[in-house]
Amino acid sequence: MSAVISPKALRPAAQGSFDLQRVRKDFPILALTVHGKPLAYLDNAASAQMPRQVLDRLIQYQTREHANVHRAVHTLSETATAAYEGARAKVQRFINAREEREVVYTRGTTDAINLVMHGYGRAFLGEGDEVIVSQLEHHSNIVPWQMLCGEKGCKLRVIPCDDRGVLLMDEYARLFNDRTRLVAVTHVSNALGTVNPMREMIELAHAHGVPVLVDGAQAVPHMRVDVQALDCDFYCFSGHKMCGPTGIGILYGKAEHLNRMQPYQGGGDMILSVTFEKTTYNAIPYKFEAGTPPIAAAVGLGATVDYLSAIGMENIAAWEHELLAYATEQVGGLQGVRIFGTAPDKAAVLSFEVAGVHPHDVGTILNEEGVAVRTGHHCAQPVMQRFGVPATARASFSFYNTLDEVDQLVAGIRRVQKMFG
Amino acid sequence: MDSKQLYQEVILDHNRKPRNWGKLEDASHRAEGLNPLCGDHIWITLKVDGDKVESLAFEGQSCAICKASASMMTTNVKGKTIPEIEQLIREFREMATGKLDVARAPNHLGRLSVFAGVKDLPARVKCAILPWHTLHAAFQRQASTSTEGDADPMSLNAENR
Repeated sequence: MSAVISPKALRPAAQGSFDLQRVRKDFPILALTVHGKPLAYLDNAASAQMPRQVLDRLIQYQTREHANVHRAVHTLSETATAAYEGARAKVQRFINAREEREVVYTRGTTDAINLVMHGYGRAFLGEGDEVIVSQLEHHSNIVPWQMLCGEKGCKLRVIPCDDRGVLLMDEYARLFNDRTRLVAVTHVSNALGTVNPMREMIELAHAHGVPVLVDGAQAVPHMRVDVQALDCDFYCFSGHKMCGPTGIGILYGKAEHLNRMQPYQGGGDMILSVTFEKTTYNAIPYKFEAGTPPIAAAVGLGATVDYLSAIGMENIAAWEHELLAYATEQVGGLQGVRIFGTAPDKAAVLSFEVAGVHPHDVGTILNEEGVAVRTGHHCAQPVMQRFGVPATARASFSFYNTLDEVDQLVAGIRRVQKMFG
Repeated sequence: MDSKQLYQEVILDHNRKPRNWGKLEDASHRAEGLNPLCGDHIWITLKVDGDKVESLAFEGQSCAICKASASMMTTNVKGKTIPEIEQLIREFREMATGKLDVARAPNHLGRLSVFAGVKDLPARVKCAILPWHTLHAAFQRQASTSTEGDADPMSLNAENR
């Protein structure tokens, strides 16, 4: 990254200790250049970058603490187990779960949703039962439920959204009937950035006696999430979208649900005793953690939680809000550019199209300018269908992004328009 | 590579003013091509007499690389025989996937070699190849083709295609 950061990029994001220049130094990858231009990494909704503090923790774990967990009596097995379980406790505090055992390690958000589909959906849903999802879902919160519907003869009901990408609460209320068994809805839309009114949606579902699974993949990295305040039944998120490692995610579930659910996979560590006649399953959360888990990734996730907490989720949310406001004004102000997703409550995601230019051409040319954006359907084809486009370009921001990077994006879009003009 | 090398004036021109755009009402062969990752979606219709392609047309929604590739394909293959065109399809695919160096190996691609740069943009290879795949599908009397699954030119299963 060029050493020159303009004063406006250093404007403090909020009251408190947030120092953008210092934060950027934590992320070695941000110093890269692409095609001779400083990298402007604006694909954070797909995967965020990792700070040195997490990288260091991974190295420390792998060089001084690693062995398999929950197994042997030797020292390293104990340090590894302590690190692995210690990270679980950090996550528990981070999302304010009531108990550590309500925090289940998974491979990621997709894996967490599939766990609930198998362990809860297949166990408790039957023919004619209904699952409510929304128009804004990522494929990972649609396809598992469709698979369940195909297998069990259940029905998928969809909450529609308006032209801003805001879910229609009246329509949502009308979807409930005596066959509604589960609501599975995203906290924040990955394609549009809409922040859904989760508390209100959960309250309504609970009034009908229906549990709620929240896809929090795009929410946890950007705002304070309190699962007890939300009163959600399940909450799923991924490590790599919050500056942690890939291959690790979390399923939070209320103990009362997790206790009665079926295991997802069978194997070691998820059992109490095995004979050829009968296997007794381990208690939660271990019942859902068959086989050797991604231990280093879990430990890294613990370090990620420490890192984000030290910066402060409020500071992160405040700065990202400024980035979004500036980007919306600058990109939205360009003639021939249309922004998708104009909800009043939005995370720092800007989906757009440049008139007459396919998003993939936009993405390729922006890359020449060092600007990394996602182009395509964002694994949310129903959202694309709602807005009548096959794909969009999407800039998604993290707290380490600068206003200068927004300017770099805008300059890139201008170049696209010039080339195709 | 620099995108200027790929987005050359000839490609931008074919994107702006695609040749042979539309649909042949009296087509003898037709096929639909889909690149689900990109959203490219094209239809090709052609009229074949004996083994010679008398005329062809295409339409659809796609990125500039796909549209220019389709447009230049239509101007290039018109009047050629199916075996000649199949040879071109093979060469185009090999060029786009970096297996054929057009500067060194003998080939029949001519002006189509403006797409050689796409080999350095793996995510865009499918965009350039889609029209050629679709044409091949039409010859095979296959109603539609996709750049995914077994037809994926970048897939691990693509060795023999």
